[in-house]
Amino acid sequence: MSGAALPIWVLASSLLPAMIIFLLPEQTRALRTSVNLAAAVLKIVLVALMTWRVAQGQLTEVRFEMFPGVDFVLRADALACLFAGLSALLWFTTTVYAIGYLEGAPNRSRFFGFFSMCVASTMGIALAGNLITFLLFYELLTLSTYPLVVHRGTAKALAAGRVYLTYTIGGGAVLLLGVALLYGVAGDVEFQPNGALGGVSEDAWPLLRIVFGVMIAGLGVKAALIPLHGWLPRAMVAPAPVSALLHAVAVVKAGAFGIVRLVYDVYGVDLARQLSVLLPLTIAASATIVWGSLRALWQDDLKRRLAYSTISQVSYIALGVSLFGPIGTVGALVHLLHQGIMKVTLFYCAGNYAETLGVHKISELDGAGKRMPLTSAAFTIGAFGMIGVPPLAGFVSKWYLGLGALDAELPWVLVVLVISSVLNAAYFLPIIVRLWFVPRSEPWPEEQPLTGRWETSRWLLFPTVATAFFTVAAGVLASFPFSPLQWAILIARREYLP
Amino acid sequence: MMSDALRAALIPLVIVVPLCWAVLCLVQPRRSPSLLVVPGLLLWMVVSLALCWDVATTGVSMHVLGGWREPLGIALRADGLAAGMALLTALIAAACGGYRLLTPPTADDPTAQRWFWPLFFMLGASLNAVWLAADLFNMYVGLELLGLSAVGLVAVSGSDNAVSAALRYLLAALLGSLAYLLGVALLYASYGTLALSGLAELVTHNTTTHVAFALITIGLCLKTALFPLHGWLPPAHGVALSPVSALLSALVVKASFVMLLRIWFSGGVGLLSPPMAQLLGVLGAGAILWGGWQALNHPDLKSLVAHSTVAQIGYLFVAIPLLASGASPGLAWDGLMLQITSHALAKSAMFLASGTLIVAVGSSRVEDLRGVNRHMPLALFAFGLAGVSLMGLPPSGGFSAKWLLLQTALAGGQWHWVATLLGGGLLTAGYVFRVFRASFENSSDDRFDHTPLGWDVLALLLAGASILLGLAGSAPLGLLRTGASIPGLIP
Repeated sequence: MSGAALPIWVLASSLLPAMIIFLLPEQTRALRTSVNLAAAVLKIVLVALMTWRVAQGQLTEVRFEMFPGVDFVLRADALACLFAGLSALLWFTTTVYAIGYLEGAPNRSRFFGFFSMCVASTMGIALAGNLITFLLFYELLTLSTYPLVVHRGTAKALAAGRVYLTYTIGGGAVLLLGVALLYGVAGDVEFQPNGALGGVSEDAWPLLRIVFGVMIAGLGVKAALIPLHGWLPRAMVAPAPVSALLHAVAVVKAGAFGIVRLVYDVYGVDLARQLSVLLPLTIAASATIVWGSLRALWQDDLKRRLAYSTISQVSYIALGVSLFGPIGTVGALVHLLHQGIMKVTLFYCAGNYAETLGVHKISELDGAGKRMPLTSAAFTIGAFGMIGVPPLAGFVSKWYLGLGALDAELPWVLVVLVISSVLNAAYFLPIIVRLWFVPRSEPWPEEQPLTGRWETSRWLLFPTVATAFFTVAAGVLASFPFSPLQWAILIARREYLP
Repeated sequence: MMSDALRAALIPLVIVVPLCWAVLCLVQPRRSPSLLVVPGLLLWMVVSLALCWDVATTGVSMHVLGGWREPLGIALRADGLAAGMALLTALIAAACGGYRLLTPPTADDPTAQRWFWPLFFMLGASLNAVWLAADLFNMYVGLELLGLSAVGLVAVSGSDNAVSAALRYLLAALLGSLAYLLGVALLYASYGTLALSGLAELVTHNTTTHVAFALITIGLCLKTALFPLHGWLPPAHGVALSPVSALLSALVVKASFVMLLRIWFSGGVGLLSPPMAQLLGVLGAGAILWGGWQALNHPDLKSLVAHSTVAQIGYLFVAIPLLASGASPGLAWDGLMLQITSHALAKSAMFLASGTLIVAVGSSRVEDLRGVNRHMPLALFAFGLAGVSLMGLPPSGGFSAKWLLLQTALAGGQWHWVATLLGGGLLTAGYVFRVFRASFENSSDDRFDHTPLGWDVLALLLAGASILLGLAGSAPLGLLRTGASIPGLIP
């Protein structure tokens, strides 16, 4: 196995398990669980190897011609490793979680098959080396998440699936138009630091502006930029591990990651600034941040509140990208990771409350901290991280975003960040108060009997605690090599200092 | 290397092998036909592969049967398009034949058992005759035989619906042939030749020629089921046995389209005026909308797939103005070829998978597919892969085709075709996901009939091939470009 072919192996380490799991009969629980976990561990090892190679500066690339003029390119660069690392890590924890969550539920072979395909698509999105390969996996992600969204097969789930498809397939078509237009101007566009459009003459600039808008509209659907966010709250009917995956790594992040690629590696920061296309993106992202937080305030359903929170938090990434300058870049990239870790924790907690106590609404959470201390502690850490309390992960993101805003001489963005943090506090703190300080006055809606020594199934609890631990570690250990922050700084250095 | 004698025999062999088996199956009807049929399918595949290999390595070759020259002789020309289509025919025929062989014999009546195989091989032979024909008259003979065997295959399923659909189909086929034949007669009277290469040197703009080409075009559009002349297709493709529907939608409608392509671009060079090309494209766009809309709303699964064929044929005609505009003929040609081939593979897979699903749930209604997803994952997976190609999502032959056509439209600034191509994909997604939506619905009813595993495997192979075409399209496209007479095309 040559190191340059690692991207293919990374992809295969979830595609092949998907195929195997599809073919396994429903009853072979032990075998399916082993395949799932083995593949997840193998993927972490492979991504770590790949990251090591990239840190050494070795070319890690696979390419072949799909049809005349268009290549399939998988290439590991620093940015790819950031996203692939996040996906590999959270795939492992979410797989463990999903095994516990779906214990005894029907259709598990189908679920885990598509679950693996979904992660394979995310890996492909991370590793895509040109726009067409990106588009390929972007669409594959739509197809592999649909069965997960409608997994329960209820009328509500099917209706949500319909909305989800309408948005994402439509967004995919718009993105295809953008990619095709760009191909007409600049040929097969490969991602590279400082952008791939340097050679385009100034005559084509008006077209490039339009293409930028078209592609942001296409990517904005998955990234849930307003007004394209309508699908996200509805998709909440999916099982908890799916929501966790959708919000932390897969769909929403794919859109955000696409925006990162578009600005840095297709247009390049210099050209994007000359075209002055970044300010509209800043405004759209700021509006989404405030709007998402405001809507979150009014939600009583815990998962829906988290969903609106995602809409708001993911736009931090677009915001950081749109702030021209290395500091804003670091903020955006580090938030790509940090938001994933924090949000996945919160969704695990929501799932734990629902599975263990039958609680779905915030108003029913009174006193849950006493009954489920570890879950509630994890929730508190995740929520404080989202608000941006030091030294947690979210603080690091917001710190760099704020500095980036000042650096870009856009002080009003700082105001947006402050407003958002206040709103974050306003919708998270009441939950935390209910968890710990409001005594329980009535029995739980549907409490499962305690069986082991833990507050809930180990399969559910351990991933929750692990990701909460990551949230702390990413903030406290931010100055250590290979921490998300240091890796983001490495990427920013490669983007700005070729 | 192949000897010259063998090479010279290859072109007629591609027609003669299925023809021989048609006769064999007619005179030797058997209860269990595998022993007779399987060697025939294999030999057919081998000669088609050999022909492709020959064309790919040594280029275009001609063959004149029995030394007779045109107009009445039989001249055959194997270019890349002919060889590629012959191979595609052999592959899809093998899959559909295999599907039929795996069908339990008790499932249908003696008519089908008696007539299926002779008509099946006859259909193959006449398809190959159309691909390889080098002049208008041989094309006519091939097309006529093709129409008759296709009508026969629709009728063999024996139900009342099938007979009335077959009669309607027969009427359309005869009308189409008649119009075509009239046009050909006019051309022969004017120019004294029927060879495409001869015509290309002689044709001029005059009324007779225009009328002749118009008649030919209308006749062939009727046979291709171009909107609004498509009325006969959905009933015929909807009621036929599943492997027959697969063959009809995948290949038979393409035969008249390929003839049209050859006649406009190899015979009547320069005659296709831009407004005329745009008109064909507009009808294609109408097909995409109308077929897609019908597929979105039809309650019956096989009719849904049949209407999807009407829509997908629209894409072929949308490619014509792009090809004729000359902005980037190479891209348009490649896109068109990929659309023809990937649709053939995907649609045959979709019909086979639909047939399997219908047998499993015992009903042909889309809404009765509730919950089928737990029991028929492979058939649905094949349906889904085929759907990916039809929707034009990457990676698939359908995507590559759409991409190439999009590039041509953008290069020529033809924005209305860009909108058509993108909008058509959304409609397709709508009707493909209709099926999936139904299959994911919860259902208390868990009674499903058992179906042979081989059915799923065959559908998966075809659907997989349409995906593979998107990942490794360069080699097939290279073959299909060989000897193509599109000006500005780089071989």
